[in-house]
Amino acid sequence: MTAAVASPSLPAQVGLIAGRSVRRIVRQPAQLVFPIAFPLSLLAVNASGLDAATKLPGFPSASYLDFALAIPFMQGALFAALNGGQDLARDIESGFLDRLSLTPMSGAALLAGQLGGALFMGVVSAVIYLAVGLAFGVGIAAGAAGALVLLALAITISFAFACFGTFVALRAGTGEAVQGFFPLFFVLLFLSSAFFPRDLIEQDWFRTVATYNPVSYMVEGVRSLVIAGWDAPALLQAFGLSAVAIVGFLALSSRALRTRLQRT
Amino acid sequence: MLATMQPERAIDVAGLVREFKGGVRAVDGIDLHVAAGEIYGFLGPNGAGKSTTVKVLTTLLPPTAGRALVAGHDVARAGAKVRASIGVALQDVALDPMLTGREHMRLQAGLHGIPRSQRATRGDELLERVGLSDAADRKSSTYSGGMRRRLDLALALLHSPRILFLDEPTTGLDVQSRTALWDEVARLARDEGTTVFLTTQYLEEADVLADRVGIIDRGTIVAEGPPATLKAQVSRPTVEVVPRDVAGCAAVAEALAPFGEKVSSGRAGSVAVRLDDGADRLADIVRALDAAGIPFANLALHEPTLDDVFLAKTGRSLEGSAEEVPEDPAPRDAARPERAAA
Repeated sequence: MTAAVASPSLPAQVGLIAGRSVRRIVRQPAQLVFPIAFPLSLLAVNASGLDAATKLPGFPSASYLDFALAIPFMQGALFAALNGGQDLARDIESGFLDRLSLTPMSGAALLAGQLGGALFMGVVSAVIYLAVGLAFGVGIAAGAAGALVLLALAITISFAFACFGTFVALRAGTGEAVQGFFPLFFVLLFLSSAFFPRDLIEQDWFRTVATYNPVSYMVEGVRSLVIAGWDAPALLQAFGLSAVAIVGFLALSSRALRTRLQRT
Repeated sequence: MLATMQPERAIDVAGLVREFKGGVRAVDGIDLHVAAGEIYGFLGPNGAGKSTTVKVLTTLLPPTAGRALVAGHDVARAGAKVRASIGVALQDVALDPMLTGREHMRLQAGLHGIPRSQRATRGDELLERVGLSDAADRKSSTYSGGMRRRLDLALALLHSPRILFLDEPTTGLDVQSRTALWDEVARLARDEGTTVFLTTQYLEEADVLADRVGIIDRGTIVAEGPPATLKAQVSRPTVEVVPRDVAGCAAVAEALAPFGEKVSSGRAGSVAVRLDDGADRLADIVRALDAAGIPFANLALHEPTLDDVFLAKTGRSLEGSAEEVPEDPAPRDAARPERAAA
């Protein structure tokens, strides 16, 4: 029997790769449960342990839970980037990428499909973080529409981190290299305004680092919707930085993919 | 040279070079031609350049110099057309451990553009053919090495390629799985007219399966032709004597000198002589050693093999192949899969 063959459309290719990516995540409980459970556990610890911080003059929220709800979104994005990057690195190391590149699959489809899995993780985890926050009494100052924008921003941030993870995987080609960036991500998170407002950080060097740290602005964008309402500059900075990261790392990933796939 | 390339040939390679960083030439100016429907065995030790050649011919690596046409398309300029005509099973079987056999088939079928309505049928048909129907819904992480190889072969065949590249397809397989794979490869060439380019480090595999063999060493082809013809070039049997004491090698060589020309045995501590009069003088050889008072640990008569061809062309034995292939898994004639007469 001869199978009829015609090059599949780009959306069809993206759908196939993304479907595989999502299936792979769903079948690895550690990739699904840990990235959701760990940030929520940390949130619970912080919300009870650091609640006294709200008594500081000038602290922007009466509840540390409200203030800290933005943190899980960032940590979830880190895990999504790490897991997505490692999955791609495994494909490179195992030769599965060679298998895919022997089909008519385009490089764009591979990138988009791969990021489809990260997007799925971003959506699932963001919805869960928000639902848990609401269940424990967090009020969204920007209202219901603000909650939707919060989800959109969280997913955008998650996607930006995933683009970085994809770039590292394609550039380095090993899971260890992707794993190696994870501590750096965490340092970036801790040296941001995630746990304290920038103007209440006493150490000059810490405040300076947090001011130049883009993660601060991503956190503050999410947080503004929860504790302040509609803060256009904060939202613009958060969406803008995420968009720049997405465009930049997609371009770098695309170049790294061309180098990685030497096919003619 | 290029002007003589014939488009009806399945694979046509002229002066192919692939150089890596540091100037290492994994493939160093090879010429080879494979006719449509032929099984071509590419034989060589580890690191000889077999897999690099396959990667260039399957468009995964661009050539540094030279030219290669596969299915009539230039691998450097028409990669997509080449890929549409070939099926490839690479040396390392790359499967997604989280996907089942059936899901692998559907993903690959979709990416090859096989219409949705045909994907299930085509996939199931091939899974059946390679004996994986019962395991089709199990994750590939639960498959044995032989099952993984069979799924790999089925994936390579999904889009009915005219040319099949198999890079060391039986490495690590047990005798049963190896024989089953040989049968399937022979059937593909015989019944479907598929051209097969098969790399191997196993002498027996090349001998049993290939219509023609190319022997590669250090990036260059050192011999090429039908196995029988190649062996005929070194046709006389050799006798190899291992003296009990290594110091006795010179005395052995002297005692054997009247029986034929000394050749390299490929290992230290033994002496090999290609017999002028074939195996008929074996008894005389034993008597000569006895008369010279040379105690020996072993005496063996070797019929010519592709290893002899390799030895004759390179001065070295094709290391590893004899050790990794189980000894005489089946009589050679019985193991040879049935092929249509040329």
